[in-house]
Amino acid sequence: MLGGLESPDRASHDHTAREPYQPVFTAGAEARRELDELITHYPRKMAALLPALWIVQRERGWVSNEGMAEVAALLDLTPAYVKGVVTFYTMYHQHPVGKYFIQVCTTSPCAICGAEDVARAFLEHTKAGELGVTSPDGRFTVIEVECLGACGFATPVMINEEFIESVTPEKIPELLAGLE
Amino acid sequence: MGYPHQSHQRETPVLSQHFGDADARTLRGWKSRGGYQALEKALGMAPADIVSVVKESGLRGRGGAGFPTGMKWSFMKPGDGKPHYLCCNADESEPGTFKDRELMRWTPHALVEGCAIAAYAIGAETAYIYIRGEFTEPLYWMNEAVKEAYAAGIIGKNAMGTGKRIDVHVHKGAGAYICGEETALMNSLEGRRGNPRIKPPFPAVSGVFGMPTTINNVETLIAVCPILINGADWYKKMSLSNPKSTGTKLYSVCGNIERPGTYEVVMGFPFREFLYDVCGGPPPGQKFKAVIPGGVSVPIQTMEEAEASLMDYEGFVAQGSMLGSGGVIVIDDAQSMVAVIARIARFFAHESCAQCTQCREGTAWTTKILERIRDGMGTTEDLDTLLDIAEQMTGTTICVLSDSCATPVVSGIKKFGREFEALIQGRRFHPVIAAVA
Repeated sequence: MLGGLESPDRASHDHTAREPYQPVFTAGAEARRELDELITHYPRKMAALLPALWIVQRERGWVSNEGMAEVAALLDLTPAYVKGVVTFYTMYHQHPVGKYFIQVCTTSPCAICGAEDVARAFLEHTKAGELGVTSPDGRFTVIEVECLGACGFATPVMINEEFIESVTPEKIPELLAGLE
Repeated sequence: MGYPHQSHQRETPVLSQHFGDADARTLRGWKSRGGYQALEKALGMAPADIVSVVKESGLRGRGGAGFPTGMKWSFMKPGDGKPHYLCCNADESEPGTFKDRELMRWTPHALVEGCAIAAYAIGAETAYIYIRGEFTEPLYWMNEAVKEAYAAGIIGKNAMGTGKRIDVHVHKGAGAYICGEETALMNSLEGRRGNPRIKPPFPAVSGVFGMPTTINNVETLIAVCPILINGADWYKKMSLSNPKSTGTKLYSVCGNIERPGTYEVVMGFPFREFLYDVCGGPPPGQKFKAVIPGGVSVPIQTMEEAEASLMDYEGFVAQGSMLGSGGVIVIDDAQSMVAVIARIARFFAHESCAQCTQCREGTAWTTKILERIRDGMGTTEDLDTLLDIAEQMTGTTICVLSDSCATPVVSGIKKFGREFEALIQGRRFHPVIAAVA
């Protein structure tokens, strides 16, 4: 092979160099017990798919192809089917995101209360620069989200699992400092 | 009550009376406020009698469509040998609506109770509460309440010691507006993409897992509890307008208004007094320009229409709109209606499930055209094109997301056409300036 032409990872769609995938639902693991219990809630195994994907995301930070394949095997589905479901929903991360995943609601009711300024201020203070792009230090990813369902508390923001109401651009430096 | 504000004296807090009271979230606190008495009463009644009381009360669905709840329940035929299911639609994804969020995070046991009653009434042993994934706080409190109710034997194999089985499970969504549509919700619950299904068959014939299913909104199910305790007549009397709209309704108020929040008033309350008195009117120095009274899917009202509306199913229709989900979005005179409507269209374009051509293409093109008008690059033909697309998007698809995108466009052009024309003619949008007295 000619030197310098190797492109080990670039050939796939997943450009992120990362550790090998560690299965989430190994026998005896807490996550496995959790999934087994969830399956009993439904008359069909497949209905546990969304909850299973949530567990993968909680444990691994995102839902990789390997994660989808693991869930598919447990629920007697095909990896392609699982991928079809994952891509339908906006909340499953299909690539790694920053340590703090920041979702700013900018749908109409929030937009007329200044939500776009809030989104811009987040981009500036986190140095993420662009929506959906993780900051150079790997700590922040900021996205606009469609309606968080807290329109009376414009602008609502989610930072990972935490829901914060009535965010204004002025409050952002303090909010981010609180994450340290 | 006007959470997060003090309750206004003109409100009638029934479902919202414990908002802001953290003690009401716990089983002990809920029981000390009369909780689970309605379920106890219900389990001592014949299911058909519960359905009759709910029918008699005039309760209609609070999620948007306003279908009579008792009638919906009566579609579930007992003794058909199939498992029945109850689904609670807690996906609350209509922009402008956040009442179910408050109900679930302040009174989670009320929803467990409402679900258990409804499940028993329709002959179901299992109820699923489908909550949108973004609602981390309501999810937490609902999971806690379900856990407490199981531990206390209120639900489970032997609900309240009656030998009846009622399971309640919380199911977390994963981010999709369309899963608030009932058949999309069922697909999602089954572990599928949230694509709406063609109806018929209706859910009462073939719903979740192909079995007879009833699906109700959070507020509807919670309203059943006080109806069973106080009787249908008590509920029917709470109406200032007509016998087709009974009881109280929660409104979540947002946008350019002095006191945004969740309010509860009786059906038929005058909208003018609601906006200016109960919710405190416009922000200082501003004037109201338009109102969307029931979430972004309903037609936009001018202030003349809004101020003449009575707050019930018929009252909003008489004034060019709909009650919808009760998500009141108030727009003041500092806003450009074109920008507001373009943002609404962008929302629908993002949320289209892309199953139907009219919706997949229509929402995207509508957004593109509206945004170019907003940015001063529109042409006179654009308005005709928008109306033409809107017509083709209405009544032609599996679900009503497509119609919902067309609605604000058509009503916006009809009622605020001057703002569109001003932008197209190269003038910037001018706010309406009140005549100098």
